Amino acid sequence: MTDLIAQRSSAPISELDRGRVHVRVPGSRRRGRGPRQSPLWAVLFIGPTAIGLLVFYLWPTIRTFTMSFTETGPFGGSTFVGLANYVRLFQDPELVGALVNTAEYTIIALVGIPIAIAIAALLNTTGLKGRGAYRTLYFIPVVTMPAAIALVWRMIYNGDYGILNQFLHLFGIEGKSWLTDPATALVAIAIVGIWAGLGTNIVIFLAGLQGIPDTILEAADLDGAGPVRKFFSITIPLLSPSIFFVSVVSVIGALQVFDLVYMMLGKSNPAIPDTRTIVYLFYEAGFIDNQRGYAAAIAFLLLIIILVLTVIQFRLQKKWVHYE
Amino acid sequence: MSPRARGLAAASTAAAAALALTACAGGSAGGSAGGGSSENVTLSYAIWDQNQQPAMQKIADAFHKEHPNVTVKIQLTPNKEYWTKLQTAVSGGSGPDVFWMNGPHIQLYASNGVLAPLDDQKVPTADYPKSLVELYTYDGKLYGAPKDFDTIGVWYNKALFDAAGVAYPKAGWTWQDMADTAAKLTDKAKGVYGIAASQYSQENYYDSIPQAGGYVISPDHKKTGYGSPEALKGIEYWVDLIKAGSSPTAQQMTDTAPEDMFLSGKVAMLQTGSWAAIGYAQNADIADKVNVAPLPAGPAGNQSVIHGLANVANAKSAHVAEAKQFAAFASGKQASQIQADTGTVIPAYNGTQDAWVKSMPKYDLHYYIDAVKDAVPYPVSKNTSVWTQDETDILSQVWAGTLAPAAGMKQLADKMQAALDAEQKK
Repeated sequence: MTDLIAQRSSAPISELDRGRVHVRVPGSRRRGRGPRQSPLWAVLFIGPTAIGLLVFYLWPTIRTFTMSFTETGPFGGSTFVGLANYVRLFQDPELVGALVNTAEYTIIALVGIPIAIAIAALLNTTGLKGRGAYRTLYFIPVVTMPAAIALVWRMIYNGDYGILNQFLHLFGIEGKSWLTDPATALVAIAIVGIWAGLGTNIVIFLAGLQGIPDTILEAADLDGAGPVRKFFSITIPLLSPSIFFVSVVSVIGALQVFDLVYMMLGKSNPAIPDTRTIVYLFYEAGFIDNQRGYAAAIAFLLLIIILVLTVIQFRLQKKWVHYE
Repeated sequence: MSPRARGLAAASTAAAAALALTACAGGSAGGSAGGGSSENVTLSYAIWDQNQQPAMQKIADAFHKEHPNVTVKIQLTPNKEYWTKLQTAVSGGSGPDVFWMNGPHIQLYASNGVLAPLDDQKVPTADYPKSLVELYTYDGKLYGAPKDFDTIGVWYNKALFDAAGVAYPKAGWTWQDMADTAAKLTDKAKGVYGIAASQYSQENYYDSIPQAGGYVISPDHKKTGYGSPEALKGIEYWVDLIKAGSSPTAQQMTDTAPEDMFLSGKVAMLQTGSWAAIGYAQNADIADKVNVAPLPAGPAGNQSVIHGLANVANAKSAHVAEAKQFAAFASGKQASQIQADTGTVIPAYNGTQDAWVKSMPKYDLHYYIDAVKDAVPYPVSKNTSVWTQDETDILSQVWAGTLAPAAGMKQLADKMQAALDAEQKK
């Protein structure tokens, strides 16, 4: 599937592109004014972001790391306990369950990527009427409060009065209490997660699709490729940087899932052991059991897991991501 | 602890909370450890119930009249965020001067030196229900002045009883009567159930366990009572009601809140606290269809669990003396009278409860006051939320029927005892 691209992307078109870039850059540099080269300006522009990162990300990360080696009192004050929190964490019977649940959720959440690509491709077809309206509709869940989303979906999934079961009833299917059945609860939540995240992913894929030069697709037409062949041999490979970006972000987001689980299930839900994610475990330890040090250890374990998975993804990208 | 109070803590924006709470005591020059100083002082008073804010404001105004130099500013935080915010603010040294306290948190706060003892405020402890005074006494010192209380009763839908031709519940009825009544009221075809046997602690099993002769926690707060056969009986009572089909299943009650089922006429009986009365009275759909009866008696009686809030003073307040004064005042006779007149909660000060009963004459609310006599204290320890989390986790499996009650109680007893032992070590 790569040979088509190999032929086309190394052809004169891309050279021409590169040439244009070369011409432009030196031109603008020559006209650059003094202040732009002063490091003061750089600091001024980077400053707000850098300070935000430092205060809201870097510092808390360091604090969490040091906290994970302490036992904290409920109102501050802490004693150093070495690796005790980590030792306890790896003996916690709930950890395995939480890891499995989080992994399941993440895998299901990735199904959202092909769905988003398919929808983006449909929205990108030329001559589609009401394209703007569709795009808005798909983006609405993204700008809706997660709490409101959880509330509405709880009603939809309700076993006795939910609209989903009423719909299934039309076809003679007896529904069930989707959110309290351990077999379906996690899938039900993941579906909401996919639905809620669809809008963002579609926007990214649309941008990716629009970045694919028409000339390549036209060339494929001339070579006699049909729409399916074009989609899989040209569109998908050229979209691979976007797919890579979305999958990295999706995996990180899925590993951190908490709000949907917390708000859709409620505390005394019998399905909790089968839906408790790592962040849920963290919340219970830190905010219910008042064991901040232990919670910090859980948070750090999650950080490591995310780090490792992201590094693996970056390694693997060389095999399938094509940068033009 | 009302449903409002059930959400003990929520992951909230701790940083924002800390900032919001820093806006506390004003003009502080010199401090005022001596007590009756005359400089101007502003106290912050943290509460979580919007419905009660008008009454709290009246109390603050009454205090200002007596102490013109002290102004009390109310800080309202929704209950879901209240405890997270409070804990963060207190840890950061910027907690409110006076605030509401509940049973599950009192020992945590008192044992960590957050609260100022109120012993020197001449709180008339004999004028409050004994269980409440005990609830807010830690290590022999009174840390909270009881503000209000709630006990549990059985609300029933008269229309559903009439339709099924069943006699209303009355004082002296038993568990067996409850089971029979619930079975008769259940009409599967219409989706109507006799009772909601939900997995609520305060409303259901914290009552049925003492009714069976057991206890949740020993009076010295060191031993769990979950391993006992009596406690098992108290749990089985509810699980059996579900098994008999007289109650919706645990799954149904997770999907739809039991109270919503009661309000929509799908459930004929609901055990709930005195806090619910005002909501029912103001709900045009059911206001005239419902009434309240005492709890049915188990083998050892028909005890209700009693819980109530208290006003506490922050030990690190810049104006401790005034804070303590106000905490005591906001629970005193005059303040209780103000609360009673609004009908929102039952004031803790004895003699003022009548006004609450009379505020909704169509209901037999006196049963809630009668229940105080035999009431058992709300079970708490230093780190209550650790084992209440275990309760929720394990009992949800018991209620769902995936874990046998006996096995579940054994697990719960072990876990809770481990949590209590851990508290003792600290």
